Amino acid sequence: MSNWKTFTKGLIKENPILVLLLGCCPTLATTTSAINGMSMGLATTFVLIMSNLVISLLKNFIPDKVRIPCFIVVIASFVTVVQLVMQAYVPDIYETLGLFIPLIVVNCIVLGRAEAFASKNPVWPSILDGAGMGLGFTFALTILGSIREVLGSGSVFNWRFLPEDAQTILIFVLAPGAFIALGYLIAIVNRLKKTK
Amino acid sequence: MAKKESTLKNMLIALMVITIVSGGVLGFVYGLTKPAIDQVEANKNLKAINEVLKSDVEIVKTETKEIDDLTYNLAFDAEGNFIGAAIKTYSKNGFGGKIELMVGMLANGIINKVSILSQAETPGLGANMVNDKFKGQFDGVDPKTFILKVKKDGGDVDAITAATISSRAVSEAIKKAADGFEANKDQFMKGGNNE
Repeated sequence: MSNWKTFTKGLIKENPILVLLLGCCPTLATTTSAINGMSMGLATTFVLIMSNLVISLLKNFIPDKVRIPCFIVVIASFVTVVQLVMQAYVPDIYETLGLFIPLIVVNCIVLGRAEAFASKNPVWPSILDGAGMGLGFTFALTILGSIREVLGSGSVFNWRFLPEDAQTILIFVLAPGAFIALGYLIAIVNRLKKTK
Repeated sequence: MAKKESTLKNMLIALMVITIVSGGVLGFVYGLTKPAIDQVEANKNLKAINEVLKSDVEIVKTETKEIDDLTYNLAFDAEGNFIGAAIKTYSKNGFGGKIELMVGMLANGIINKVSILSQAETPGLGANMVNDKFKGQFDGVDPKTFILKVKKDGGDVDAITAATISSRAVSEAIKKAADGFEANKDQFMKGGNNE
């Protein structure tokens, strides 16, 4: 597989959320607004790239039987770095994402890519794989967050187009709305893939 | 380099090296970000104190007291007269966990202003508590006549539409601050004059 394909497959063809359906827990929980979805996506992208890089470098040093604990330690370290940096420099976003930042550790996309790709491939393709998957994740989360914010709060990226006390479809900022919106989004993507 | 065999020795070495290096990196990053994180916290507190105690009188000196589990930031003017207290209070009964507020109480026992320090309520519902439409209703009320309970529970607080639990939690936190202030008021006034 060429490097370009390695990078682009995560964006649409193997999009972690819309096609592989990996990592749905943070997806459903953090996409209450476009900005939240995007920040969560970018934080995950950073962790993905860095953990893929390190795990690919260490793949021959780590014996098979202890690979999962080793991967988790590497991933958890990068997540904690992201958490500390966000807390220090973007406290507002840190506050809204709160609990979901540490939960990136157990996000199945990160461990999934480490196991399925980085532990078997050289460094450069692994970085590209992490970047592609991460950006695909960010893309899906931003779209989902925008849809829910538009329908549920009458704004997008915190820019209001409806007056503050307008009636909006509140269910979309709540958990059931996340499932409904994600369901329709996946249906649309499947339809588009079929026609191609 | 060939792949390492899964012998006990190799496994121990791999795990040890990885955890030690990770620990070192984390310690380094923690040290690097600690000052910035402390700064953020301190700024947020200071901003909230100034916001909730805003009045015509200039605050010259502040003093922090912790009584029970609330933090009282006492403010004094140039002559050492007690202006009021910015009380950091909380409620654990929010819809999304703990809610922290700063309540500004003036010396005459009136609530000046309320500011939300941190909350994890549902965006679009409970999170609307940060808007003036909700928290503005506490400005200038006297907790002795204004019952700090939502209307549903027989109080005077207008709850946020479809977010009674969040509204209840905020009311509870403010009540805690108001009661605490009332109980310790005399001590605060003396505190200022003695110095």
